[in-house]
Amino acid sequence: MSMTGAQGRIGYEGQEKDNPEPPPDPNTGSDATDAAPTEQPASWFLRAREMNLGLKLAPVAIALLGLGLFLYYRSLGLGTTAPSSQTSALEWSTKLWPQLTQHLTIAFWSTIIVVVIAIPLGIALTREPLRRYGPAFVSTANAGQALPAYGLLIIFLTLMGQGLTTVVVALAVYALLPVLRNTMVGLDGVDRGIIEAGRGMGMTRGQVLTRIELPLAVPVILAGIRVAMILNIGMATLAFLIGGGGLGVTISVGLKLQQNEVLLVGSTLVAIVALSFDWVGAVAEKYLRPRGV
Amino acid sequence: MSPDAKIRLDHVEKTYPGTKVPAVESLSLEVYEGEILVLVGPSGCGKSTTLRLINRMIEPTGGRIYLDDEDVTKVNADKLRRRIGYVIQQIGLFPHQTIAQNIATVPKMLGWDKAKVAERIDRLLTVVGLDPDTYRDRYPKELSGGQAQRVGVARALGADPEIMLMDEPFGAIDPITRDRLQNEFLSVQEDLRKTIVFVTHDIDEAIKMGDRIAILGDRSHIRQIDTPERILAFPVDDFVRDFIGEGSTLKGLHFETVDEHVTLEPYPTMHVGEDPTAAVARAREAGTDWVLLLDDQEHPTRWVPVSDLGGGSTVSSDSGSEVVAKVSLGATLFEALEQMLISEAAVSPVVREDGSFYGVVRLTHLNKAIRRARLEAREHYAQLEATS
Ligand SMILES: Nc1ncnc2c1ncn2[C@@H]1O[C@H](COP(=O)(O)OP(=O)(O)OP(=O)(O)O)[C@@H](O)[C@H]1O
Ligand SMILES: [Mg+2]
Repeated sequence: MSMTGAQGRIGYEGQEKDNPEPPPDPNTGSDATDAAPTEQPASWFLRAREMNLGLKLAPVAIALLGLGLFLYYRSLGLGTTAPSSQTSALEWSTKLWPQLTQHLTIAFWSTIIVVVIAIPLGIALTREPLRRYGPAFVSTANAGQALPAYGLLIIFLTLMGQGLTTVVVALAVYALLPVLRNTMVGLDGVDRGIIEAGRGMGMTRGQVLTRIELPLAVPVILAGIRVAMILNIGMATLAFLIGGGGLGVTISVGLKLQQNEVLLVGSTLVAIVALSFDWVGAVAEKYLRPRGV
Repeated sequence: MSPDAKIRLDHVEKTYPGTKVPAVESLSLEVYEGEILVLVGPSGCGKSTTLRLINRMIEPTGGRIYLDDEDVTKVNADKLRRRIGYVIQQIGLFPHQTIAQNIATVPKMLGWDKAKVAERIDRLLTVVGLDPDTYRDRYPKELSGGQAQRVGVARALGADPEIMLMDEPFGAIDPITRDRLQNEFLSVQEDLRKTIVFVTHDIDEAIKMGDRIAILGDRSHIRQIDTPERILAFPVDDFVRDFIGEGSTLKGLHFETVDEHVTLEPYPTMHVGEDPTAAVARAREAGTDWVLLLDDQEHPTRWVPVSDLGGGSTVSSDSGSEVVAKVSLGATLFEALEQMLISEAAVSPVVREDGSFYGVVRLTHLNKAIRRARLEAREHYAQLEATS
């Protein structure tokens, strides 16, 4: 892996801050040959990640996007120069704000349902006696994932009728897989030796699960939840199709009336919401990661 | 059964689900209090399975297991394991917990109070040769392999179990560190006197660590179980002979010491300034080509060839060549042999604790000692056969 001097230096500073070397041994001298663990050379990209460049820059980018949207919105001359259809479609207190809260409500509840179902299910499918059904279950779910989201919404529409609940349930089903799969992968990824040691010391299965396996699987599970959350925020844009509301309403109005201003405001709002939550997810992943791992 | 059996396996069997051939077949075994019993055998012979049957990580499909004469075949396995230390090759430190938290695992489960746990952690780190202040709050990834294995041992000793099970604990460690960890562990064991079952596939490690060794064949059949010296002196069959391999005689020398079995011989000696004629006469009588020159504290200093002593010349403190090789009383015959090989006169001078000359070890001594050990072992087994 080649690395220019400048990049190397940047990376080095980042490591100094975030990953201090363990202090040198003022040891009993009994360890001369026990080699200390060595740092692997990391690519520029990895070093940038270690410095949390993304984490620090994202809020700035999101704020700039928000500011841009605000200025653009003001410049439209709503209620004065703008066409009346545009003014009514983009009215904040009766249209955009209620749609935004609806959108978040849909994404929030579907994500909650996903978490509440997928994590316990993932745990169950990695235990005896269900363990052997795990792979079959995941590949079935994988196949289900290939179903278009639109189709899924329609299926649930026919089953449950119009409304917010239908949307939430349909999205929860759609976003179940990433969390389920990551829960299983995360739990399975825990080193067998660690579990063996825990059991060997007399920890019960439950103790090994809650004190060892789940904490160690947290980063992988969180990554799955983050994916599910972003999927849900995106998919909530389709909620309007079955009367679920959300920011999709504004976008569709923009399309229907062929008013790019409306379209732009609606989709930028969705983008801001998605980026903000993705950032929250990234922060959570960083700070909920167990220390020492 | 001379000493107390701390662990007793009585016709224990394990057939894994989905297999026909048992991994462990009708194994009966006693482990005495305070000893290290090493299970050694070729890969796949069932050593790990046997070990894991003792703490019921694997449930036996037949037979009974007793600890201190208590039948533990059916007791709560989790509670049982808290009484038994367990060390494995992969170590399995919890990466998200500090060293202190790792070591505190069992004491906490047993409900020890905080102060007692903290004190115990520091004690154990010291025992395994790690400075508590330096290592207590580190995470496992901040340790080298050898340090991690030390912590693994400390964690297994956490609640002071009477029994320790160790499955190739030093298997994944470089040879130099392994040797050091073995020595440290033996000296810790000297104080702690735990009852230990130790699994390895390395016969040299078995010879070094074991008070007794059980050589296992397929399905964990015991082919021979005895002290290392007796196994080396008298392998009961070809399987055992093949397994202990080349050089078992040499390895046997580790178990013979210079004082116990070896009748040391005098050797022609002289002091600086002494009349060489008498010394030459003594050398002639003893049939040696050399005379050992002693200083005034009777420490052996130089080998002087008899040929240099002719013509009435006196001996000075730089005649002949320096004595580079010597052993102390109590050293092993293995060390004596090593010294003999580099010694000018092809014998090892033996010195007392104060460094004064005591006698010499010759090749014939080693030969006799080995033959005696073999004879004793053979007689021991003949007697066993006769009584059974
Ligand atoms: N969980 C299992 N299921 C089925 N068979 C097993 C299982 N574990 C071990 N075995 C089989 O049982 C036999 C003994 O295995 P064991 O692990 O006890 O050997 P070992 O002596 O420890 O070998 P090694 O020196 O390679 O560690 C082997 O033939 C192995 O294939
Ligand atoms: Mg094994």
